Amino acid sequence: MSDSPISRRALLTRGALGAAGLAASSRLLAATERGVVQANAHDPSLAATQGMVTNASIDPHAFLEHFDYGTMSTLPDGRTLREYAITAIDREIEVAPGVMYPAWTYNGQVPGPTLRATEGDVVRVRFTNGGSHAHTIHFHGIHPARMDGVFEVVHPGESFTYEFTARPAGLQLYHCHAIPLKRHIAKGLYGTFIIDPKTPRPPAREMVMVLNGFDTNFDSSNETYAVNTVPFAYHHQPIEVQQGELQRIYMVNILEYDLINSMHLHGNFFHVFRTGAATSSDFTDTLMFCQGERHILECAFEETGKYMFHAHQSEFAELGWMGVFNVVSPGASDE
Amino acid sequence: MSERRWTWALLPLALLAGLVLLVSQTRLLERLRGPFPPVEALTIERTTLAPDLIRLRIVNGGPEPVTVAQVTVDEAYWAFTIEPAATIDRFGRATIEIPYPWIQDEAHVVSLLTSTGLTFEHEIAVAVTTPVMDASHLGLFTLIGLFVGVIPVVIGLLFLPMLRRLSRDWFEYMLALTAGLLIFLGVDALSEALESAAEVPGAFQGTMLVLLGSLGGFLVLQLLSSNHTRAEGAEGRRAVAWLIALGIGLHNFGEGLAIGAAWAVGEASLGAFLVIGFMLHNTTEGIAIVAPVAKDRPRLAMLAGMGALAGLPTIAGAWIGGLAFTPTLATLFLAIGIGAIGQVVVALFTMFGRGEEPVWRPAIAGGVLSGLMLMYATGLLVA
Repeated sequence: MSDSPISRRALLTRGALGAAGLAASSRLLAATERGVVQANAHDPSLAATQGMVTNASIDPHAFLEHFDYGTMSTLPDGRTLREYAITAIDREIEVAPGVMYPAWTYNGQVPGPTLRATEGDVVRVRFTNGGSHAHTIHFHGIHPARMDGVFEVVHPGESFTYEFTARPAGLQLYHCHAIPLKRHIAKGLYGTFIIDPKTPRPPAREMVMVLNGFDTNFDSSNETYAVNTVPFAYHHQPIEVQQGELQRIYMVNILEYDLINSMHLHGNFFHVFRTGAATSSDFTDTLMFCQGERHILECAFEETGKYMFHAHQSEFAELGWMGVFNVVSPGASDE
Repeated sequence: MSERRWTWALLPLALLAGLVLLVSQTRLLERLRGPFPPVEALTIERTTLAPDLIRLRIVNGGPEPVTVAQVTVDEAYWAFTIEPAATIDRFGRATIEIPYPWIQDEAHVVSLLTSTGLTFEHEIAVAVTTPVMDASHLGLFTLIGLFVGVIPVVIGLLFLPMLRRLSRDWFEYMLALTAGLLIFLGVDALSEALESAAEVPGAFQGTMLVLLGSLGGFLVLQLLSSNHTRAEGAEGRRAVAWLIALGIGLHNFGEGLAIGAAWAVGEASLGAFLVIGFMLHNTTEGIAIVAPVAKDRPRLAMLAGMGALAGLPTIAGAWIGGLAFTPTLATLFLAIGIGAIGQVVVALFTMFGRGEEPVWRPAIAGGVLSGLMLMYATGLLVA
C-alpha cells in the first residue's frame, strides 16, 4: 500500500511495472505455447485473460468474506457506536494481468472496505483525503442532509467526520460524490455498506460481490468487467461452496458507463431480497441491476459440481464478469 | 589544407555528441519529457488467418517500448502467444497468435490491451483463410500478374506498326498522349501512396516516405540517364523508351503489391469485369513504351525486353504482396514509381522541346489532354 499521490515518475514507470508483471506470464506462456496454439479454438479455457493478477489491491477470495465491523463502544444512552477510519489514496492497481490502472481508492483498495453495522447503531466515519483531488463519501441510507457527502467537499489534506444512525436495515453502498461524479466513481471510490437487521438473518455463508469494471483507456467504455475488481478471479480459482449450505451474497452494482448489469446463476435458482430490505423475495436465476442497485441473493446447492455465474450480458461475461461456484460435499477437504 | 577543413568539422560534431551524451545520461531527459505518461503507438501491419488461428504482425512505431498485456477478439478476452516478447521496443516487431474459431466471410475485431491500459484495434473486414505460398497460389498470383500486367503491355506494344505509319504531327500527338497517360498514372499513384502512407507506423513517417521515394527515385534516374536521354537521335529515343518501361515496371510492381495483398486478405475479388478493366487500362502503358522508338524499327528482342521490364514486376509484386505485404513497403514502392514516371515525363518534354517550335503546339497539348481523358475513361472500368 502506498499513500503518496500518483507521481510523474509513477506514470513514466508504468510501462516497466507492466513489463515486470508480464515477464512472469510470458514465461508461463513459453512453456505452454505449443499447447495453446494447437488447442481446439473452441476450448472454453481459452476465453479469459492470460496470466495472473498480483497487484490488484485486494485478494478477491479474502475480500469476498471480509467485513469491517469498526471499533465498537457503547454510548451513554446504551447505543452501540462504530467508528471507522477511511482515507482516500491514489494508487496504481492491476485490473487485468499486466494492465496497470491509476485508481483512486478508499484505504488503498478497490472496492473499498465492506463496512458492516447493525440497524440503530451510531456510525462514525472519519474520512481523510490523502488523494490529489477533492473527494467525499456519500452513503446510501437514511441520514441528515449534512452527512450526505455531497456539499461538504473534502479537499486534499483535509478531513471530515460523517456521523449518523445506521438505517434502514439492508444492503447499502457508499461512493465518492465529488464532481465529475462519473470519473470519481469509475476510478474506484466505492464500497459496500451492510446494515444488519436487529433480528439477525438466518445463519449462512456470506459473501460480498461488487460488480465493477475499468475504463483503462478513458474512452467512457469499460475494457474490463469483474466481480470485485479482478476479471475472471473466481473463474480461474472457483469459490468453494458446501453442498446444502445456505449461501448469502451481498451483490452491489457500481459499474459505470453501462446502463445495466446482471447476475445469472447456472443450474440453480436464488431468492432475491431487493436492496436487502424487502421482506418478500423473488425466485429467479437471472437478475438485472441498474447502476447503484444492490440486492441480497440466497441459495443452496443440492448437487456437487461446478456451477458458473456471470453477467447475462455475454459481452461483460467474456470481458471478465464470470465466475464459478465449486460445490463440494460436506467434509470434503479443501484443495 | 583539406585535412584541416575536415578537422574543423569535427569540433561541432564532438560538441553535438557530448550534448547527446549529456541528455541521454542525465536526468535532464526526464525534465524534458514532462509529466506525461508514455505515448504508445502500435500498428498492426499484417493479419493472416489459418483454420482456428488469427496471426497478427505488429510494429511499435512510437517513441517508447510497448507491452502487450491482453488480447480481445470481438470484445472477449482470449488466450494468445506473443513472439519474441510481450514488450516491443521502438521500431520493434512481434507476432501474436490467437487460437480463435473465426467465422468464414464474417468480420472480426481484434484489440490489443497494453500494460498502460491503452487499446489498439484492428478490424478483419472479411475473414478468409490466408493463402499460404504453395505452388497453386504462386500460380494464381502469376496468372493475376499476367492478366493485369504483362498481357496488356504486350498488346500495347503491338500498336508499333500503326505508330510507325503516322505523319510527324500525329506521331508527336501520340508521344504527347503517352505523356498524358503517364501524368495520370503518376497522380493516381500519388493518391494511392498517400492513402497507404496513412497506414504506415508513425515513426516511419508515411508522407515523408512518399516524398523520399518519389523525389529520390526521380533524382537517381535523372542522374543515371541524363547522358543517354540527352543524346540526339535514335539513342536518345531508345533511352527514353527504356526509362518509360522501367517507370511503368516500378508502378506495376506497386500495383501488384496492392492486388496481392488485397487478394490475400480477402478484400478484393478480381471479377472478370475488373480484369477486363485492368487490361484496357494497362494496354495504354504498352503504347507509352513503344511510342518514342516507333520510327526507329526496334528489334523484337528489345521490345520483348521492354515489355518484360514493364509487365513482369506486376507478378513479382503480386507474390510479395500476397506473402509479406506491409503498408510501409507498398508506400515506398508506389513512391519510387511516382519518381520514375515523373522522370520519364521530364525526358519526354525534353524531346518535344527540341528545334525551334514552341513546346505547347496543338499536337502536344491535344495529345496530353487525350492521354488524360483516355486514362480517366478506362479508369472507370476498374473503379
